[in-house]
Amino acid sequence: MSVVIATLLYLGLGVFVIGCVYWVWRYASIPAPLNMPTMPAPTTRCGVALRILRETVLFESLFKASKWTWIFGWLFHASLLFVVLCHLRFFVDPVWGWVNVISPYSRYAGIVLFFSLAGLLLRRIVIARVRYISVPSDYLMLLMLMCLAGSGLLMRYKYYIDLYTLRNFALGLGSFSFNVLPPSAMLLVHLLMVAVLLLVFPISKLTHAIGVFFSPSRNQRDNTRAKRYVNRWDS
Amino acid sequence: MVNNTDKKSFITPDASVKLSIPEIEESASKHLAPFKASAEHQAALGFPDRLIDNWKDVAIEKLGELSGKYRGLRVYLDSCVNCGACTDKCHYFLGTGDPKNMPVARQNLMRKVYRRYYTFAGRTVPWLVGAEDLTEEVLDDWYTYFNQCSQCRRCSVYCPYGIDTAEVSMAAREIMDTIGVGQKYSNEVIGKVHKLGNNLGLPGPALANTLEGLEEDVLEETGVAVKFPLDQKDADILLVTPSADFFAEPHVDGLIGYAKVLHQAGISWTFSSTASEAANFGLFIGSYDNMQQIASRIKDAALELNVKRIVFGECGHAWRVAYNYLNTLAGPFDFLDPKYPMPQHIVEVTYDLIQQGRLHLDASANDDKRVTFHDSCNIARASGMAGIKGGQLSVPRDVLKTVCNHFYDMRSNTIGEATFCCGGGGGLLTDDLLELRVKGALPRMQALQELHDKHNITHMAAMCAICKSQFAKVLPYYGFEMDQIISVHQLVGDALVMQR
Ligand code: SF4
Ligand code: SF4
Repeated sequence: MSVVIATLLYLGLGVFVIGCVYWVWRYASIPAPLNMPTMPAPTTRCGVALRILRETVLFESLFKASKWTWIFGWLFHASLLFVVLCHLRFFVDPVWGWVNVISPYSRYAGIVLFFSLAGLLLRRIVIARVRYISVPSDYLMLLMLMCLAGSGLLMRYKYYIDLYTLRNFALGLGSFSFNVLPPSAMLLVHLLMVAVLLLVFPISKLTHAIGVFFSPSRNQRDNTRAKRYVNRWDS
Repeated sequence: MVNNTDKKSFITPDASVKLSIPEIEESASKHLAPFKASAEHQAALGFPDRLIDNWKDVAIEKLGELSGKYRGLRVYLDSCVNCGACTDKCHYFLGTGDPKNMPVARQNLMRKVYRRYYTFAGRTVPWLVGAEDLTEEVLDDWYTYFNQCSQCRRCSVYCPYGIDTAEVSMAAREIMDTIGVGQKYSNEVIGKVHKLGNNLGLPGPALANTLEGLEEDVLEETGVAVKFPLDQKDADILLVTPSADFFAEPHVDGLIGYAKVLHQAGISWTFSSTASEAANFGLFIGSYDNMQQIASRIKDAALELNVKRIVFGECGHAWRVAYNYLNTLAGPFDFLDPKYPMPQHIVEVTYDLIQQGRLHLDASANDDKRVTFHDSCNIARASGMAGIKGGQLSVPRDVLKTVCNHFYDMRSNTIGEATFCCGGGGGLLTDDLLELRVKGALPRMQALQELHDKHNITHMAAMCAICKSQFAKVLPYYGFEMDQIISVHQLVGDALVMQR
């Protein structure tokens, strides 16, 4: 079993990494013929960096748009990041100090994660406008993430697993040694969902995580008077 | 709801209620497609004169080509997560309730085709990701709903990835032109610019006549010989203004305002008969080539007349093209005086002159007016001014406050970067779309009504030819007078104390 799961995880990770590199390369290789930031826009590179930082860390535009979507969306992304960082304790040896500090809180972050996803799902179903634009993959994506978070929480609160064995398995992945997995259906679901998530990342709307950095509305400067903007088509 | 069926066949929404999000009503504005371009108008721009036989293949190929040429388009097509944050941001949705006027739904009309032919998921499991074949029905929807987008970019302000529906609708219109389905209004206008130099098809001699008439009018009214020069070599400034300024109301009073300002400042200036149009409808149809040709004529005129500066009159999308694109499309402009930014907007010129104390203004001349300001979308969200962040919002207000003692702003989520389109931008200013224009103006009318109830507003100033024409048309539908829309430079001109 552990070989199968490990293979899936390697595959997922491979697709994820190659996919991300592909999209970065793809977007970078497409010219942006005209300067069209959404104004008012920063005039310097530094200003642009700050704008994108605010977008990616605080979800500034979403905040302006819809407070509920922002609350659920932001909590989801923040708690996901937090939980993922806590998982480092399975993968690094010896565990870094700060990981030890934050990991006890992952049990709460997991709950936030689950309920923010539930909030997003509820919103998708309840608000007619959002329901109108939703397609099956939008729901599935949320359900998949809820499965991932839910199985994790269940292992945390109910169906305990042997963390020592799990850690051995995880550490083994780094050196291609397939150590046994603790016997747990929850864990299988959990790891399967991780693999699926990694696999679909580059072929789905999840590439928004890359697109956000390449959006001309956000990453261009208001400086066309000071400096002539040259279209790459012409060169 | 006010029933106006005696005058027209639709019901004007009620602007006296607070802005709210309508229930979605499938196909509510499906019947509002603009007239299609005739064979002649298509041919004049080098587009096929009717729907070509293999249109599907050509359209799909063009979509692939554009998504490989425009990074924005590609990122926007890929990145939407259907979060719905933009769904209540479009004035056409707020005014019609048609769900396909929600920005994301509008984009999805193209995105579903893009997914079907150009993404792995869409090719393998189309039903899962909402991918669809390009069919006649889809093309009909494209024509209808991509011509119900005024490319105002309001949605892009609120999207977490800055997805700009304007770019998507421009691409859609370009694809449709390529297969022979053009929109009459825009393509006809572009044909006129190429042929005669302006959108109205006004030939040089007629323009000279009009300008002479204006000189007489101003002389009669003020006793001052303010000139409206045409094709005057070696002038300091080439003034490029939307052609509606030459005779449409209330535009022409703005034009008189520019002339008075330049006269009092003692700056020599001229119009050009070959570049007698600031507007650039090439932007609306997403045609880089047309946009470039139209832009280049301004450079040619500037070179020929040997001017030192180029200044644009009150126009929205023209200012976007001028401010952000002109240098890319037709530059470099290194033959101009480097002391002045290229190009400048007339309101910046006025603003500078005010700062330098070179204008003699008396705001009490406008004391009979209680004024507010409509931010035009292409100025607020697609260009800048005066080299200060947000200058495009603050400069016109500073000027207005200098020339009017009673100035009030509308509700903050309807102005500035959040401004609502007038409802007639992006090539939709045509009578075959009147119902859409009236309904699309609803959010602006609600904000105006609200402010009017509080401060008894008499005039709304704007500095875009399209906004002015649109409001002159739709204000009466909402119980206002058509002359309550006014040019910024009319107010400036009226406040100028002219020395005889
Ligand atoms: S650009 Fe303006 S008109 Fe077009 S979808 Fe967005 S908000 Fe609506
Ligand atoms: S706000 Fe942006 S990401 Fe969200 S649905 Fe609209 S276009 Fe898509």
